[in-house]
Amino acid sequence: MEFRKDLFQNERDDNLNVVGKGVQRQDMPGHVTGRSPFFDDHAFEGLLHLKVVRSPHPHARIRRIDIAAAERAPGVKRILRGSDVPVNKNTLLSLINFGKDDEPTLAVDKVRYKGEPIVAIIAESEAQALAVRALVRVEYEPLPAVFDVEEALKPGAPVINDTYPGNYFEYHEKYDHQKLRFGDVERGFAMADHIVEDRYQMSPIEHAPTETNGSIAAPEQNDRFVVHSCAQGLFFSLGTAAKIVNLDSNRLHFIGGTVGGGFGGKVDSLTEPLSILGAMMTGRPVRYVLDREEEMLYGSPRGAERIYIKDGIARDGRILARQIRSYFDAGAYTRLSSYAAIKCTAHLPGPYTIPNVASDIYVAYTNRCPSTAMRGFGITAVDFALEVHMDKGAEACGLDPMEFRILNAYRDGDMKAHRRVAKNTALIECVQVAAEKARWPLSDEARRQSSLTGGGGARAEIPATPIDENGRINRPETRGGRPTQTLPAGTMRVPMTKQPIMEGSTENRPKAPAVPQYEPYRPAAAAPPPVAPPMTAPPPPAAPPAVAPSPSPAPASQHGAHRFSSVFGTRRR
Amino acid sequence: MARYKGRGMASVNYPIGMNLGGDPSQALIHSNPDGKFTVALSAIDLGQGMKQVTRQVAAETLGVPIEDVYVDTADSDTGPHDMGSFASRGTHRMGNAVIAAAREARGVLLEAAAEELEVNAADLVTDGKGNIHVKGAPSRAITVRATAQAAQFKQGKTIAGRGIFLIPLSSVDPETGEMNPNTAFAHACLVADVEVDDETGEVSVLGMSSAYELGRVINPKMVEQQLVGGAWMGISHALYETPEPYYPNPDHGPRDFNEYLMPGPGDLAPYSITILERPAPDGPFGGKGPGEMCANPVLPAVANAVYNAVGVRVNDLPITPEKILRGIRANGGAKPQARRGGAL
Repeated sequence: MEFRKDLFQNERDDNLNVVGKGVQRQDMPGHVTGRSPFFDDHAFEGLLHLKVVRSPHPHARIRRIDIAAAERAPGVKRILRGSDVPVNKNTLLSLINFGKDDEPTLAVDKVRYKGEPIVAIIAESEAQALAVRALVRVEYEPLPAVFDVEEALKPGAPVINDTYPGNYFEYHEKYDHQKLRFGDVERGFAMADHIVEDRYQMSPIEHAPTETNGSIAAPEQNDRFVVHSCAQGLFFSLGTAAKIVNLDSNRLHFIGGTVGGGFGGKVDSLTEPLSILGAMMTGRPVRYVLDREEEMLYGSPRGAERIYIKDGIARDGRILARQIRSYFDAGAYTRLSSYAAIKCTAHLPGPYTIPNVASDIYVAYTNRCPSTAMRGFGITAVDFALEVHMDKGAEACGLDPMEFRILNAYRDGDMKAHRRVAKNTALIECVQVAAEKARWPLSDEARRQSSLTGGGGARAEIPATPIDENGRINRPETRGGRPTQTLPAGTMRVPMTKQPIMEGSTENRPKAPAVPQYEPYRPAAAAPPPVAPPMTAPPPPAAPPAVAPSPSPAPASQHGAHRFSSVFGTRRR
Repeated sequence: MARYKGRGMASVNYPIGMNLGGDPSQALIHSNPDGKFTVALSAIDLGQGMKQVTRQVAAETLGVPIEDVYVDTADSDTGPHDMGSFASRGTHRMGNAVIAAAREARGVLLEAAAEELEVNAADLVTDGKGNIHVKGAPSRAITVRATAQAAQFKQGKTIAGRGIFLIPLSSVDPETGEMNPNTAFAHACLVADVEVDDETGEVSVLGMSSAYELGRVINPKMVEQQLVGGAWMGISHALYETPEPYYPNPDHGPRDFNEYLMPGPGDLAPYSITILERPAPDGPFGGKGPGEMCANPVLPAVANAVYNAVGVRVNDLPITPEKILRGIRANGGAKPQARRGGAL
């Protein structure tokens, strides 16, 4: 690995003491000698083992659960059913008031995916717990299942998750998807010389951590429970578990911090609530660890995404319009997919300045294991689609793929599609360095470009934008509607983020070197008068607004209810 | 029957931290009477190096040697609240919280030293080697250790600090998607060379070369481990992995590592990385963090390289030999595209 210290040199103070040095990690000796303790390295006297009975059907009504034989089996201490779980419905992001509770810890009336837990067995040994699974008799009435995201959204598709009967996550209590509208894509397509359209499919992926999901919960002698956990968010898991087992958060003592790989697969608290409930019910330490087969098949995967992209490109290679429609496959329950769709929306149209952008991102429910976060959540799949599409776009207009990216790259001062100004950009420099390393020939003009110049000005303007009310909840017939109005150029409706609070920074004490200074994004109109871009920069993409631009952005609407209700709306504090 | 070489590229950016904000991180720091510091967190180290990143950030801000700082994480009784290790947020969010905590602790440390030296605390500097001295007068000095002992046993001061970093939660406009998302973005461009066998459809990655802009690099060795490991995951996503090979058909789920295909040591490709550092205005010492993005450019770069080699576009991941052979057949044979550039 090498550094290009010459780039952005005047933005850095390189005279630091230990930051920037390859100092050996404090945990390295333990890791390389196999002595670092993980959650499962804690021995307890009288440890019990928990295993779950899982649904063999992707979608079925549960007619009857008979645990009589299982309860009498040797070694069995306790059998847990849905009715034993104090709060048997949760959604992970309820901790930040996002979405409705939709997922049981143990299924009650219905199973919605193959592998859904129905009954938990707590026994003296792991072998006994596994064997007793066969003694639990569950009577099912199989129901029609749906596995394809677009099939699931069609009217008349089997309802999977009763909380969201349209089989889609509901955004803003209003739409069946999250919208992004910036400029007029139809106008951009009409002006384009090339239209490039395609469909992409990201596969689901298993996180495949070395250490499978698991936890050990044990009663402490002070009316509390200690929980050894592999959670990626310690308090996230503590909060989720406290809600489900209905305990005050200070009665749980979570210990973790050294985790054998996660990649996003240890955010869901798959085991902690049942371990704790087991310890509460039996008064003994309870261990619940997924075996490799469970981890592979039922430890929530990266969700598949289906992505449609349409680009309109001018003859000279400038992208004039980009339209995206995408479907996140959430599986049977929401988990975190709803958030990834928002993150994906903010990421579009990729690191490029495109004057007209529109996207519709759906989160669809299907009868598969709920998907969850995985490395690059909301971004990895769409980056695959966008960058393959960029290759096709370059080919369509006869440009080299690197030149095509530099031509369209975003630069400091450009307006992004979510109506905030780009800064601290460096895409162009990355492409230039990669080209140089690969001896990939670039034109002199491409080599002269910089992220620091050529942005802003006309590229900083928010264009007039037709908006629509397509996809109203429970009204699928509105999906293909026409725009209802055009927002004037410069429209901003979301308040700017305030400066973060940093405790300690307000006190009259000596400051450490290079203290981070946070500056919120400024609206374009508040920026200093645009400097004429250098001659080498590509001209700003031409897309005259349909409505005369207003001199300053509209004042942000601040009426209290709107502040938290648009996304974080359904469960207000 | 032949093997065709091809080259593809991709360029990406990546948002650091939970997209809409509202994801606080807290840190507590205190010194023992010998001037040795403990950073108490509830952050998680999944192998990515959370403990070491925060240790270096704390040592830098405190102005003490790295050996005098250890990070204790994660115990909910002692470590204050943190949202978690995901969304590439660890370095950025927790790094800032640790800076705030360390700055407060450093303030007390320098006040205690000032009292011992009978000078103004504002005139004091640390040398990063365990000493505090008057700026411009290195002989008027006291050790951190002596200062901590004086603070504890003579002055009755707690050399401690608390820190939090929070970007307030943003709302989202339902009609336009307007929002205040992440404040820091990392960047990358990656070139991949592949060889495609038109008889078996097999793809080998011959080599990769990349340029990553990650803000300030806190620890170059850990950045390298992330980028190399992530690139392996990118190859795996592009060419090998799927629990549902005929998605959306859910059948053929793997049960173990014999059935779940991932690249082995023989499938690793030589990989050359170059780092650019454009400090993030709101990052700890300008740091952004390489966390999640290091797999992302590999997927499209490999797909584009496969097209460059044999003229087959595979739009559905993973790019299996079956899909390549079907594509070659549909095209009436391999259609190699123009070569680009020289050896990596």
